[in-house]
Amino acid sequence: MEYIVGIDLGTTNSLVAYMQGDQPVVIPGVDGSNLVPSIVALDPLPAPTAEGESSPPRPTVTVGNSARRALIATPERAIYSVKRLMGRGIEDIAEELKLFPFRIAPDVQPGEVLRIQLGEMNFTPSEISAYVLRQLKRNAERFLGEPVKKAVITVPAYFNDAQRQATRDAGRMAGLEVLRLVNEPTAAALAYGLDRATESGQHARTVAVYDLGGGTFDISILKLNDGIFEVMATNGDTHLGGDDIDNLLLVVALDEIRTEHGVDLRQQPDAVQALRKAVIEAKITLSAETTAKLDIELPGGDRYQREIPRAVYEQLIAPVLERTAGPCRQALSDAGVRPEQIDEVVLVGGSTRIPAVRRLVDEIFQLNARGRRPHMELNPDEVVAVGAAVQASILAGNSAATDQLLLLDVTPLSLGIEALGGVVARVLQRNSTIPASATEHFTTGVEGQTNVAIHVLQGERELAKDCRSLARFDLKGIPPMPAGLPRIEVKFLIDANGILQVSAREQRSGTEAQIEVKPTYGLTDEQVEAMILDSFDHAESDFAERQLIEARLEADTILSAVAKAPENGAWQRLTDAERAAIFAARDRLIAVQPGSDLKAIREATTALDQATRRFAELMMDQAVSQAMRGKTMEAANRTLNVDQAEIHAPHPFAQAEIEENAAVGSGETREGNE
Amino acid sequence: MMHCASCREPFHGSPLICAACGAVQSSGVEAPDYFQVFGLERRLGVDVAALEREFHRLSRRLHPDRFARATAEEQQNSLRATALLNDAWRVLRDPVERVEYLLKIEGHAVGEEHAGKARSAERQPPADLLEEVFELNMQLEEIRMSRKMGETADASVLAELRTAGERFEAMLDELDQALTAESTKWDAGKGQARAGAAARMIELLDRRRYLWNLVREVREALGAAA
Ligand SMILES: [Zn+2]
Repeated sequence: MEYIVGIDLGTTNSLVAYMQGDQPVVIPGVDGSNLVPSIVALDPLPAPTAEGESSPPRPTVTVGNSARRALIATPERAIYSVKRLMGRGIEDIAEELKLFPFRIAPDVQPGEVLRIQLGEMNFTPSEISAYVLRQLKRNAERFLGEPVKKAVITVPAYFNDAQRQATRDAGRMAGLEVLRLVNEPTAAALAYGLDRATESGQHARTVAVYDLGGGTFDISILKLNDGIFEVMATNGDTHLGGDDIDNLLLVVALDEIRTEHGVDLRQQPDAVQALRKAVIEAKITLSAETTAKLDIELPGGDRYQREIPRAVYEQLIAPVLERTAGPCRQALSDAGVRPEQIDEVVLVGGSTRIPAVRRLVDEIFQLNARGRRPHMELNPDEVVAVGAAVQASILAGNSAATDQLLLLDVTPLSLGIEALGGVVARVLQRNSTIPASATEHFTTGVEGQTNVAIHVLQGERELAKDCRSLARFDLKGIPPMPAGLPRIEVKFLIDANGILQVSAREQRSGTEAQIEVKPTYGLTDEQVEAMILDSFDHAESDFAERQLIEARLEADTILSAVAKAPENGAWQRLTDAERAAIFAARDRLIAVQPGSDLKAIREATTALDQATRRFAELMMDQAVSQAMRGKTMEAANRTLNVDQAEIHAPHPFAQAEIEENAAVGSGETREGNE
Repeated sequence: MMHCASCREPFHGSPLICAACGAVQSSGVEAPDYFQVFGLERRLGVDVAALEREFHRLSRRLHPDRFARATAEEQQNSLRATALLNDAWRVLRDPVERVEYLLKIEGHAVGEEHAGKARSAERQPPADLLEEVFELNMQLEEIRMSRKMGETADASVLAELRTAGERFEAMLDELDQALTAESTKWDAGKGQARAGAAARMIELLDRRRYLWNLVREVREALGAAA
């Protein structure tokens, strides 16, 4: 049985799911969690051996929950939210760099694919994403006991061509054949529509999917009719999400700590990450409670204590949420439907847990007024992965539950060509159903001209300089003719993944003009090939053997962590019983590791993981307070060359206003003052 | 007469897929036109609901999702056939685009907005609209200026603009009715009658494009001022 898995490669968390018969199932990782945080940390490089090795040491990385601590302990070797950098150039990320501690390699030039510094090495955003994908692939293989080589991966609907290509490249680097890129909101609609779409007697329904994730926002309007999911319009913002809310809270806290305690934490990446963790926890609390508390020990022993009433929080984040309203109205208008014609609204993405988001959605689509409620029955964190699994099953064509389903998606952005004067001539309008094609004709301007340069753009603006540059094509090999005589036909084809293909032909002479594609922000096939992570993933070596090797490596990782455990201060805070349990689980794993009983090794690994869970939590707390309080020499040195990590306020803050609101808001908190 | 490349049966309905053997056809040198894609005669009167049903029926059979496990060649055929189907559906479901497309494949020169040429900004307004357009542009300019200065636009100017916008929208409606009437004549007529209808439709389309740009500008200006 060949499995095709569905993958949600998210800004904050990633998931993998598959169809078990007619039922989609999300696959948990080693730690039992369905969510793999999209965090990648470069492990310390092994010290060079005395004998002097011929090849440089091979870098290894940690992905997911286990990389979380590295974010605070060694922030210069870890990265999160890399999705924001996919398919982008140094010239478009100025805003991101103000808000995120991305360390871009200093020699990256405009127009080049980005490279990110982790410790002593550089990685492209696709490579970082490939590490996350490889982890998901391994989780799936571990769970299914079979090699997994094919996948459907979801992308934000509003992703442009370069962002889509970068995602597909990441899949390839992770050893996955990407059968389809599916838009996240459409995947969510599939997950919800599964049970009801094929019911007989169903009339067509119009559905809006509002998807506010960690770093991206999408809105899609679909028509569901007899199993056909037809997207009518989509819109969004690929740099808007829960991250932005975290950053707002973080900036407020940093500003207050500076003014109230005279401590500027901005130059200390580890302290910033520890504070970020605290404000994210406050944000989550505020979705359920009417107030949240921040209580953090600062360098010098002071405490930063702040109560955040929900009213203040909501006022603070209102501008971020308001940015989702414009795309919603545009999508409705493009789809030619009025808000009251929307039959159902589906909420997707962790950020839709925020009550203020739900109120905004209610207002935009006039739900409450019509006695309706948005759909959120499915876990908003998992629904996209579930939809990806459904799409994978449609492609596999082996499930009765999905064989009547068909997804008809659209291209989110118009396609154009730069015309004289730098204006854009549209060749394909946004919201065209894909696959879609367009044909344009070109000619020469000079006698004997044998090539023509064509600049392809994506976007809605009038001028080429305001649109996204997709590629420059040089049409070569045109037979010399008087100016204006050649008739070059260029065909643009957007495939079902939303990715562009171009071909050209000179019609008078009948010669195929050669096209040299220079993707503006893409990697060439050779570059992707060179970045493929594991050659042994590729080689058709014995799967069982590979599983055994991986299981032993997993065991190694946890055993070496346990070996170092007593050096950590947190160790002393465990009870004797807890320490004894860890030793027992450790000894068991050491005993089975060299053997070839895969199941036994995995069970022993999981058992040791469980036994050390409280220790891991204590260690995390310790890292947070250490980051805040004591700066080791090493950490102090690190801060000297990370000025890119500096975080600026996105909006100037009026200190007095916050204070005033805090005072007003505290009246409605549930808990009294202590 | 077109035949299936696989079983040589003549096509019934859409030439994208063979009704007899189910083979998706590769696009040869001569691609079918959008009407042929749906197995339709070249007529401007189209039953859009029936067209949609046929679009869905063909999509189910042609879409790349149905060929994920097929050969590379079959996948390529599916991709091209589906792109053509989608292009045809996009154009034929819209009455105005349908007219433009039909006139184009009938050999008439239609429209001037295409690649390599600047957009229609400098185009001359139709003679009978000169005065009104001049006034409208003044109002638009005033609103843009006040927006640039960060002021709210003058209420009386906005009201005038709204009135002008409504008038142009009404003209657009009228024009669309005229276009429908000429479409019917084109479908029914032959020879001279058909040529006459085509000539009038080309004129109407030119005027429509101009009016549409105006309406859009007014909507944008009013939307931004609101
Ligand atoms: Zn046939």
